[in-house]
Amino acid sequence: MVAVNILETKGLTKIYGGLQANTDIDFSLRRNAITALIGPNGAGKSTFVGMVSGRTPPTRGSVSFEGRDISQLPAHKRMQLGMAYTFQITSIFPGLTVEDNVALAAGRRLAHDKVAHAEKTATVLDRIGLKDRAGQVASDLSYGHQRVLEIAMGLAQDPKLFILDEPTQGLAEGEVEAFVALMRTMAEETTILLIEHNMRVVAETADHVAVLDQGRLLASGSFDEIRANAAVQSAYLGAPADV
Amino acid sequence: MTVSRTTALHFGTLLVLIALFFVLPAYHVGAFSRIMVLAIYAIGFNLLFGYTGLLSLGHAMFFAAGMYGFGLSMNFGGLSVLPAFAVGVLAAGLLALGVGLLALRTIGVAFMIVTLMFAQTFYLVILYFGEYTRGDEGFIIQQAQRNLAGIDLTTETARYFAAFTLFAICFLAMARLVQSPFGKRLVAIRENEERARMLGYDVGRLKLAALVVSGLFSGVAGAAYAMLFGYVGASFAAVHYSIFPLLWVLLGGAGTTIGPLIGVIFMFYLIDISSSFTNAYMLVAGVALVLLTLFAPQGIAGTIRKRAVSWLP
Amino acid sequence: MDFGPHLMLASIEGAVISAILVLTAMGLSIVFGVMRVVNVAHGEFFMLGAVFAWAVSTLIGGHAGFGFVAALLIVPVLVGCIAAGVDQLILKRIDYDVDRTIVATIGVLYIVQQSTLMLYGPEARPVAPPFNTRLALPWFEFGADGFQMIWPWGLSVTTYKLFVIIAAISVLGMLWFVLTRTKIGLIMRATQQDREMAQAFGVPVNRVYSWVFGLGAGLAALGAVLVVPIQQAHYLMGGDPLLLAFIVVIIGGLGSLPGTVIAAVLIGMSDGIISVFFSPTLAKIIATFLVAMVLVFRPQGLMGRVAA
Repeated sequence: MVAVNILETKGLTKIYGGLQANTDIDFSLRRNAITALIGPNGAGKSTFVGMVSGRTPPTRGSVSFEGRDISQLPAHKRMQLGMAYTFQITSIFPGLTVEDNVALAAGRRLAHDKVAHAEKTATVLDRIGLKDRAGQVASDLSYGHQRVLEIAMGLAQDPKLFILDEPTQGLAEGEVEAFVALMRTMAEETTILLIEHNMRVVAETADHVAVLDQGRLLASGSFDEIRANAAVQSAYLGAPADV
Repeated sequence: MTVSRTTALHFGTLLVLIALFFVLPAYHVGAFSRIMVLAIYAIGFNLLFGYTGLLSLGHAMFFAAGMYGFGLSMNFGGLSVLPAFAVGVLAAGLLALGVGLLALRTIGVAFMIVTLMFAQTFYLVILYFGEYTRGDEGFIIQQAQRNLAGIDLTTETARYFAAFTLFAICFLAMARLVQSPFGKRLVAIRENEERARMLGYDVGRLKLAALVVSGLFSGVAGAAYAMLFGYVGASFAAVHYSIFPLLWVLLGGAGTTIGPLIGVIFMFYLIDISSSFTNAYMLVAGVALVLLTLFAPQGIAGTIRKRAVSWLP
Repeated sequence: MDFGPHLMLASIEGAVISAILVLTAMGLSIVFGVMRVVNVAHGEFFMLGAVFAWAVSTLIGGHAGFGFVAALLIVPVLVGCIAAGVDQLILKRIDYDVDRTIVATIGVLYIVQQSTLMLYGPEARPVAPPFNTRLALPWFEFGADGFQMIWPWGLSVTTYKLFVIIAAISVLGMLWFVLTRTKIGLIMRATQQDREMAQAFGVPVNRVYSWVFGLGAGLAALGAVLVVPIQQAHYLMGGDPLLLAFIVVIIGGLGSLPGTVIAAVLIGMSDGIISVFFSPTLAKIIATFLVAMVLVFRPQGLMGRVAA
C-alpha cells in the first residue's frame, strides 16, 4: 500500500543565532498533488524547503520521505531518492549548452544507458519548448528561458517530489501563463511543492495550500478555505482578525 | 560527426608527433621527448583545474612522488623499470588520495593555500631526508638500469618513442575520460557546484576522484621523467613545478584536450630561447602569466574554440 | 653557555624576527582584509624593499646613518608606488577576481624577482647598520654565594636589534591609530564592509584599493629596510617572508589585525627559539604542515571567529 503522504516533517526547527526562522513545523505533503507554500516575506519558506531538501541543517526535528527518515542524509542523497529542486535565484550551468544542462540532470540516473539518456533529454527539451535552442550556451538565454531551463532540469530527473522555489519570480505575464499550463501537466506524474508569491498562480494550480507566518505553520487547506481564513488575512494584510 | 572530427584531431596530433621525430634535428627531438613527458603532467593538472575548476598550487608533490617513487625504489629497492614505475604512480595516487581527503574540506583560496603548504611540506621532507634523496643536488639513475625488456631507454630513439607511447596513452585516455559521464559531471561542478549537488551528484566524491586521477597522471609524468632522463632532484618538488602546469594549461587553454600540449610546447621554447639570453628566464613565465590573466584567460586553444572552431574538444 | 642564557638569546632573536614579521604580515593581512585578494607577490615587495635599501644607502654614501634614514623614508614609499601601479595596471583590470588575482600575482612575483636578478644580480649585499653597539646582558642565578648577577660570555644584544623591535612597535602603534582613529581608517573599514555601499556613499573605491595595496607593500618594504643591516639583500629573499606571513595571517584569522599581531609574535618567537635548538628544516616541516592542518580544520584561524 502506498501512503497518502509522500513527505512529512515533525517539529522541524531552525534557529539562526537566537532567531527562530522555523518553529516546530509539522507538515505533511500529499502525494500526486500540487501543494503551495505561501506566506509573507521572511516567513521562513526558503528555510523550510532548505531543510526538506537538505541544503540547510535543521536545529532539531525530523524529515521523512516516503516513510523513511531522511533527517541525517546529505542533500545529494535526498535528490537520489527522488527529489528535485529548483532554486529561487536561477541556478544552471551557465557555460554549457542547453542540451548539456538537461543531459546532466537526466544523466544521474540514465548515464549508463546511452539510448534512454538521449531519448529522455530530447523528450524534455521538446516538452519544455527549448528544442530549437538545444545548442545554445545557457548563459546566452533570456532570463525567462533560463528559468524554464531550470524547470526542465528538474523534469529530466523524473522526480517523485518536485520542489519549486518561487519559479515565476521575474517572469513576464505570458511566460507565467505558459508556466501554469506546464505545472498542470506535471501534476499528473509527480508531487509538487510550490513556493509562490503570485496568488493567481496559486489559485490556478494548487490543490492544497499551506501558510507559513513568522516561522510557524499558520493554516492549511484548499485555496478557498485559506482565502476565507481570518488569521491568514491578518498575517498578509496586517489587519486585525475581526475585520 | 563531432566524434569523428574530434578523433581525427587527436590522431592527427599523434601522427604529427611521430612525423616530428623524422624531420626535426637531434636537439629538438630531445626537446620534444621532454615536452611530451611534461605534457602528461599538464594533462593531469588540466583535469583538476580546467575541467573540475579546482586550482591546486601544489601539484609538484604528485609529480615528485612519481619521480621519487620510481627513483628510490630502483636505487634502494633494487626494482626493475616496470615495477618501479608502478611504485611511482601508486605513490602519487596515494598521496593525492590523502591530500584530497584533507584539502577538499576547504574551498577557493583556502584550497590553493592548503595544497601549496602540503607541497611545501613534501619538498622540505625530501630535503630533510637528504641522506637518501641527496636533496637539491639529486641523484642519477644509472644508464644500465634504465632498460625495459632489452630496450635501452637512454638512446634518443627509444626515449622519444617511450615518451610518445606514454603521452599517446594518457592523451587519448583523458580525451575519452572528459567525454564520459564522469568528465561531464566534473565540468558540472566547475560550472555550478551547488546545482550539481542539487541534481543528486556526490560532489565531494567526484572532486576526490578528479584529484586522484589528476595525481596519478602527474605521477606517471614524474616517473617517466626519471625513467627517461635518469635524474631525480628536489627542484622538481619545489614551488616552480607547481606553477608550471598552471602556466602551461592557462597558455594552451584550460578545459581543452589539446591545450596542455600546446601550452607546454610554447612555454618550453619560450624559456629555452630566453635562457640563452639571460639567466632570468623565469621572467618570461611571469610576463606570460600576467598577460594571460589580463588578455586571454581562455588560452590558445580556448580562444580558437571561441573565435573559430566551436567543436574543438 | 647554560640553557637559561641560551634561551634568552634565542628569545631576543625571536623578538627581532617577530618585529619584522609583524610588519610584513600586517601588510598581507590589510590587503586581504580590505580587498579580499591574496597577494602572492607580497614577499617580492619585501625583497624590493631590501634591494632598494641597499641601492639608496650606496648612492648616498657617507656615514651609514644617512643612507639608512634616507632608505627608511624613501624605500617604503617607492615600493608602495610600484605596488599601486601593479594594482592599477593589473588587478583593477581583472576586477579583483580572487582566482585570477592569485595567478596574476604569481606572475608579478616572477617578474619582480627575475627583473631584480637581471638588474641587481645574484649577489647578496649587506647594508651597514647606522649604529651597532654590542650590549652585554646580565643573567641571574642562585649559586653557592646565593643570588647573583653574572655576565655570561656571548649573551649580548646589539643596539640595532633593539632599535628594530622598538621601531616595529612604533609603526604598529601609528598603524593602529590611523586605522581606528582617523578618516582614512574609516574609509578603509567602510570599503571592507561593503564595497558597493561605500561606492554609493562617494568613497572612491578604486583609489582606496590602490592605496591599500600600496600600504601593504610599503609595510613589507619597511620591514625589509629594517632587516637588511642584519640579513643581506638578495633577489631570492622574498620566499621565506611570504611563507611566514601567510602562516601568520592564517593562524591569526584571515583579515583579523589583532589576530595577525598575536600570531606574528607567536610564530616569530617560536621560529627564533626552535631554530636555535632544532634542525631548521624539521622546524619548517612541522610548522608548514600544522598550518595546512589549521586551514583544513579551522579555516577561520585559531583566533578568528566563525562567520555567522
